[in-house]
Amino acid sequence: MSGWKVFGSREQRLEDPSLLRGVGRFLDDIQVSGMLHAAFVRSPHSHARILHIDSNSALTIEGVRAVYTLDDLRPYLNNERLVVGLPSPSYKQELDRPALADKEVVYVGEPIAIVVAESRYLAEDAAAIVNIEYEILPAVSDCRLAVEKSSILAHTQSPHNILAQFDMRYGEVESAFNNAPYIFKENIWQHRGGSHSIECRGAISFYEPTEDLVTLYSATQSAHTAKNILIDMLGFDENKVRVIIPDVGGGFGPKLVFYQEDISVVLAAMILGKPVKWVEDRREHFISTTQERDQFWEVEIAVDREGQILGLRGSMVHDHGAYTARGINLAFNSALIVSLPYKVPCYFLEVLLAVTNKVPVTPVRGAGHPQGIFVMERLLDRVARELGIDRADIRRKNLIKSDQMPFKKELETRGGSPVILDSGDYLSCMEQALEKVGYRDFSVRKEKALKDGKYVGLGFANYVKGTGRGPFETVKVKVGNSGKISVYSGAAAMGQSTRTMLSQIVAEFLGGDLENINVITGDSSAVPIGIGGSASRQTVTAGSSALLAAKEVRNKLLKVAATLLEVSEKDLEIKGRQINVKGVTEIKMDIGEVAHAVAGTPGYALPPGFEPGMESTKNFIVDDLTFVNGTVAVEVEVDIETGKVCFRNYIIVHDCGAMINPMIVDGQVIGGTAHGIGNALFEWMGYDEDAQPITTNFAEYLLLNAPEMPHVTLGHMESPTPLNPLGVKGVGECGVVAAPAAIISAVENALSPFGVYFDQAPLRPMEIVKKLVNSISD
Amino acid sequence: MGETRKISLTVNGKSYEEDVEVRFHLADFLRQKLGLTGTHLGCEHGVCGACTILMNGKSVRSCLMLAVQADGQELTTIEGIAPSEDEMHPLQEAFRDNHGLQCGFCTPGMLTTLLEFLEDNPDPTEEEVRIAISGNLCRCTGYQGIVAAALDAAQRLREAKGV
Repeated sequence: MSGWKVFGSREQRLEDPSLLRGVGRFLDDIQVSGMLHAAFVRSPHSHARILHIDSNSALTIEGVRAVYTLDDLRPYLNNERLVVGLPSPSYKQELDRPALADKEVVYVGEPIAIVVAESRYLAEDAAAIVNIEYEILPAVSDCRLAVEKSSILAHTQSPHNILAQFDMRYGEVESAFNNAPYIFKENIWQHRGGSHSIECRGAISFYEPTEDLVTLYSATQSAHTAKNILIDMLGFDENKVRVIIPDVGGGFGPKLVFYQEDISVVLAAMILGKPVKWVEDRREHFISTTQERDQFWEVEIAVDREGQILGLRGSMVHDHGAYTARGINLAFNSALIVSLPYKVPCYFLEVLLAVTNKVPVTPVRGAGHPQGIFVMERLLDRVARELGIDRADIRRKNLIKSDQMPFKKELETRGGSPVILDSGDYLSCMEQALEKVGYRDFSVRKEKALKDGKYVGLGFANYVKGTGRGPFETVKVKVGNSGKISVYSGAAAMGQSTRTMLSQIVAEFLGGDLENINVITGDSSAVPIGIGGSASRQTVTAGSSALLAAKEVRNKLLKVAATLLEVSEKDLEIKGRQINVKGVTEIKMDIGEVAHAVAGTPGYALPPGFEPGMESTKNFIVDDLTFVNGTVAVEVEVDIETGKVCFRNYIIVHDCGAMINPMIVDGQVIGGTAHGIGNALFEWMGYDEDAQPITTNFAEYLLLNAPEMPHVTLGHMESPTPLNPLGVKGVGECGVVAAPAAIISAVENALSPFGVYFDQAPLRPMEIVKKLVNSISD
Repeated sequence: MGETRKISLTVNGKSYEEDVEVRFHLADFLRQKLGLTGTHLGCEHGVCGACTILMNGKSVRSCLMLAVQADGQELTTIEGIAPSEDEMHPLQEAFRDNHGLQCGFCTPGMLTTLLEFLEDNPDPTEEEVRIAISGNLCRCTGYQGIVAAALDAAQRLREAKGV
């Protein structure tokens, strides 16, 4: 895109100055006059019947204003369940969360009552003495056992523990496997934990009688989703509810979900006629914020003698948790992604979503894709090993080639759109990564290291991931009479530099001055409809809308200015806030003056031929996903005594199409990589056999810290997608998706002298040691 | 309201005398009583490091201290790092130039931790920086921008001192 000024440039972020000075405005920073504070009474049991709730003692504490259970909230609720499941024909039952627990609690952490007091300290004091009598029921913990016919039930009222069942298939699987010279089977356990944004969730709500308006400040990834659910649950008019997202300290998926705490805070504020704030603490985050968890895969690959893939088939059981807080999308993503970068003639996967007595499962950064990629890459490593083919060669043989693009897979997205790999050169991407990691002469390094008693290994993995999920994200661009440019969007910012991204796109057409642009995101009153931040979608959707709107405003600015200045619009240019005749800076107008000319003055005509207002609202509509691709290649050293994995080299070469701000792209990829390394080696959200969570603080659940994080070397390829006018693809999840596949392959390679193989992620140090010990004693 | 005590302390060069509940932790005191909300709470069990502040120039977890323990002490929070309204500290500038922050929630703890570290170790290696911030969790950046910012800031500070 030659001639662009700020697009493609490593601009400093507009978000940074206030955050660096400590004057950002996160949810917990907001104080409203007369505000009360909430704490929640939560279930300590994974499955129990509530026999009796006694809040009398709690209410005797001075400063405690109320304790509300579902019975107290019910009169204000038009719908007492949070109906949020994405549509799918595969559901076998509907399990929507009640606003607060009804007669049965189904996971540890499920909120039962909201306590409101003059301070959070008092609210917690009171919550601790709300006395609840339970009848403890047997709990479902292991999702594999949950789907057995004889299993006890996670909900006593359910007919079984199957939330949904679907299969994904194309091609002649049976005949392919019947005629295949080689079939290899793997049983794979995969687990991903929580999101653990450093800022937890939170909500503030207040009712303003003068405006008859309920306001909810929420650390959410989607203001409009929250608004729509509130309207559904409260039965309010559309214009009586406003949701505002302040600065958000990281989202990573689970903040997309609307929670029981959100509706409870809103209702407490309405009933008490006072602002109410609730901020989640970290223990609550562990036991009540949605998370990803277990998947158990049984998969087979059929190949010919040269390693050409003939087919894939298998089954997968997915732990869905106790309720549907999002849908079947996570398991669907895992199933859909498996074969994508490769030519796989036929595919069959049967998927069961199991109801368990654990926190509901919804996407965390990567959203099921790392699991599908791990399965494919593990199978290819297995084939390479069994047939004595080089790991790179087997991928070279099976990768989809650039001259086959766009490549239509025989699969459909959850919305029924075809899966079409739109652009990219997967093979070249892999070759670049292998070059950077030094694949060709690795065996020399490995041998030398072995002589020194060191176990080094190299692993790599290819990924393709759908991004830019549609159908749209509205953007409005407006030039005010002051000359300031305002940008409004339903997009949500939680650290991905959304404000800078939209400003760079708009500035490109409207003067190039980023400082002159004010971006409003995450306010349901700013634009009427919106979807929000998830699935690496906002640069594609909101970015494209911003481009279209900015172009239209530019055209109008030039046309109106040309009329007022009595010159040809072709001779005009916009520089900063000024429109002038090219090369003749004396003939000029401020863009604010031009906007003012069409803003309307009572009794005076608009310039002839112009509609009022210097603004444009656009919805770039897109159904097809645009697919990013990349290759992760790593070299590790494994300490065989402690199981510690050290990185000697970490390479990721990726292609996210055109880059609006390469600095921000780097940050997204490296940040995602850290999450992926955590998923590969450390993060485990543990539950015991009674579904009691056993990792509920940062000493038990390990987040990656700086010394464990390697320096990441990036390589960029830029294959602009034809699917949007910017040529961009999403980048937020690129780093995370293939990290476990590459890292665990490298660990396996390092330990090849022991002949140990790994079929799980995460692979924690003690599991490496255990496998080594077993291999020696065998 | 439980038992209270009067405490006097200096925060970012300004003196305060306040009645505070004895069970209030220092971070809640700074945020709620003094309105200094730049110090963030990420875990309240001393692991994430977002609440790190400087007490008499040494980094402390303000979530693990009671407000009354800060009586008579001199504190610096993120709001007190920049020399003026118009100017940022070289460490803050380096964070901006090296993309050392995304959501910005861990940033107050990163800045205070690194201020102390760079004071003690003006010419650190990358490994030393990584160890210095090992008690500060960041979920956004993968630390690379933060490490680059710290090394860049060290150089800027050395140059400013003419070293």
